Amino acid sequence: MSETSLSRRRAIALAGIGVTGIAGAAAVGGAVVRGAGKDDLQGDLAAGAVPFTGEHQAGIVTPAQDRVHFVAFDVITKDRDRLTGMLRDWAAAAARMTAGRDAGEIGAVGGVPEAPPDDTGEAIGLPPSGLTVTVGFGPTLFRDAAGSDRFGLAALRPAALADLPRFPGDALDPAISGGDLCVQACANDPQVAVHAIRNLARIGMGVVSVRWSQLGFGRTSSTTRDQATPRNLFGFKDGTKNLKAEETDRLRDHLWVQPGDGPDWMTGGSYLVSRKIRMLIETWDRSPLAEQETIVGRRKGSGAPLGKQDEFDEPDFAAVGADGEPLLATTSHVRLAHPSHNNGARMLRRGYNFVDGSDGLGRLNAGLFFLAYQRDPRTGFVPVQRSLARSDEMNEYLRHVSSGLFACPPGLSGPDDYWGKALFAQAR
Amino acid sequence: MRTPRILALTAVSVLSAGLAACGGDDTGAGAGTDGPIAVQASDTSCAVARNSADAGTNVFAITNSGSKVTEFYVYAPGDRVMAEVENIAPGLSREMHVELPAGTYETACKPGMIGKGIRSAFTVSGSSAPLTDDAKLADATASYQRYVKSQTGALLTKTEEFVAAVKANEVAKAKELFPISRTYWERIEPVAEIFGDLDPKIDGREEVVEEGMPFTGFHRIEKDLWGSGDVSKDGPIADQLLADVKEIVAKANAEKLSPLQLANGAKALLDEVATGKITGEEDRYSHTDLWDFNANVEGSKAAVASLRPVLEERDPALVKTLDTEFANVDAALAKHRKGDGWKLHTELTQADLKALSDAINALAEPISRVAAVVSKK
Repeated sequence: MSETSLSRRRAIALAGIGVTGIAGAAAVGGAVVRGAGKDDLQGDLAAGAVPFTGEHQAGIVTPAQDRVHFVAFDVITKDRDRLTGMLRDWAAAAARMTAGRDAGEIGAVGGVPEAPPDDTGEAIGLPPSGLTVTVGFGPTLFRDAAGSDRFGLAALRPAALADLPRFPGDALDPAISGGDLCVQACANDPQVAVHAIRNLARIGMGVVSVRWSQLGFGRTSSTTRDQATPRNLFGFKDGTKNLKAEETDRLRDHLWVQPGDGPDWMTGGSYLVSRKIRMLIETWDRSPLAEQETIVGRRKGSGAPLGKQDEFDEPDFAAVGADGEPLLATTSHVRLAHPSHNNGARMLRRGYNFVDGSDGLGRLNAGLFFLAYQRDPRTGFVPVQRSLARSDEMNEYLRHVSSGLFACPPGLSGPDDYWGKALFAQAR
Repeated sequence: MRTPRILALTAVSVLSAGLAACGGDDTGAGAGTDGPIAVQASDTSCAVARNSADAGTNVFAITNSGSKVTEFYVYAPGDRVMAEVENIAPGLSREMHVELPAGTYETACKPGMIGKGIRSAFTVSGSSAPLTDDAKLADATASYQRYVKSQTGALLTKTEEFVAAVKANEVAKAKELFPISRTYWERIEPVAEIFGDLDPKIDGREEVVEEGMPFTGFHRIEKDLWGSGDVSKDGPIADQLLADVKEIVAKANAEKLSPLQLANGAKALLDEVATGKITGEEDRYSHTDLWDFNANVEGSKAAVASLRPVLEERDPALVKTLDTEFANVDAALAKHRKGDGWKLHTELTQADLKALSDAINALAEPISRVAAVVSKK
């Protein structure tokens, strides 16, 4: 029997278990290897599968993977049924890919020679690699830039999905901002993340068109207590105060949309703000260590707030140095972003570093691709960014070049569910 | 300008034997009893003397009384070309022979050789046995061969005119003829590409010409026409282009494409659009890429139309999708019409190009599935 027929037969057998079954089995340490018909399960957790279905979408409190491929789409069809049909197809493909299988039922090499394969093939032999696929709806899906309610959804737009205000210093490029839909594919192998986006974009041709996309590496936030706090390209630990998966009460208060917050279709979902923040690397690199630490408000080595010993010590905003000045400058990042200065605002940050090669002046075209999930951006991202945009010393080294806002609905319940099913069911 | 009718009618007998895309064997079985069906084509009307006929070989006699060059088509459902005559100059007449089984058709004149044309319904009745599966596939290749024949005929005529203008150093006229002669080339490019050496000689771009090979063909003359504006030394290149086109026309007409080649050709034409025309690489000096774009799409449509009876039977949903997406591409393109031609590539915005690219992608994905349907046993 050929390898191909082996793997196909196995795919059918696994499909019988149901999506959660596969994911559950993989989550305890096994990993399904796609395509090539290997039967050895790998023990490596980073290679394992993350359950695709559940109360909330995966890819939010999931331990942050190493890589992201994020894409924003414009919807180009006027036909609502085609759009929901595509979301259904996406859900089926994502269920397969997150379980380490090919995007389509036939697979990368299982079909007839005359047909283009229904999977693009670059993930053959790779494990699921913790792939998550998270989908969100932008404000323009509900009412487009021309004011048109293309899909009868305008009345269902949550108040929390209010267009972000313009912040001082914004240098946003409309071509890489916004979008009707977004897909965040995170994985511990960049090839697996790219494979997921590429196949979803292909499935969507004629219905959606890629507006912009971004690759990121080296997660800049930890989303569980087990993960060490990673560093951004300024060389500082980033996300020490992040919301963590274990903080159930805080997640309820700050991350997940609760019953009564707005339209029911978003209950259990979360709002995503994306910001591509270019870092002016070269000038930062030649600023003195003391200045860097003053700007951030933390030690570069340990990540401890200035005046404290340990990374997780609470910053003391009242502490004053020998010169009578506050130890934590009033313009320091840690002070301006702290919940105590923003009416308790907290977000779950899930950003990634990016390097898009170099610019024409030989400078690294690099920075932070900031991704943050929250219960309501109006009390989350907006006040924090207002505070930062106004006063943060770090702004001298930053440019916000892209911005996105998306309503990410709750998790999918099973094979018949798809993103926004409850939303589209109420469309007029 | 109008040519006196007497003169026009005289031309019928001379030209009818030439470029008419005839249906082949004139079995005469059940053929129209009343002789040729007269078609009066003007710039605004297309008067067909009868709207029905008996199954079998029918003959149409088309007279162009308008001021624009015209074309005449008989379409089966889905714009499958049963027969066509291209390039009927004002004042001239042509005869067209076509084998028509019972069914519903449309006739169309295309003054200016653009657009959907002026259409009328045409019904053919009488007995004709339903085709077997194999016969449908054979019919597909025969249908596409008729298309290739008509296109190569017009290609030859228009290339002769273009070459003559270049050799006469008539720069303005040559510039006008450049995108028009290329239209016929671009419609059948996958056929041309079968003949490896000739394609780069006729259509090679400067950077793809192999080392040691001279840069010749359409794009070399394009460079001189739009660059220096001096084609006084291009006589030998123009002569070579015509010789190469003659050779490829003869070879293309002798070649019989398989249904699978048709399916792949339909896709290859859209790949041409996606890689060369959207980017403006193809006609980088003249920027007439939309002429080529439209011709590629028409050629793709013709190849799919030839396969239509087979596809209708095996995958009707795919046919429906293809009809929708071809219509979307046509609508996206129609926004960029300018007179009888098209906007230049340089007149399109990035958003225009993105919309065209999206429409091509939406069509090319389902078209890529045609080959497997055709090859299914």
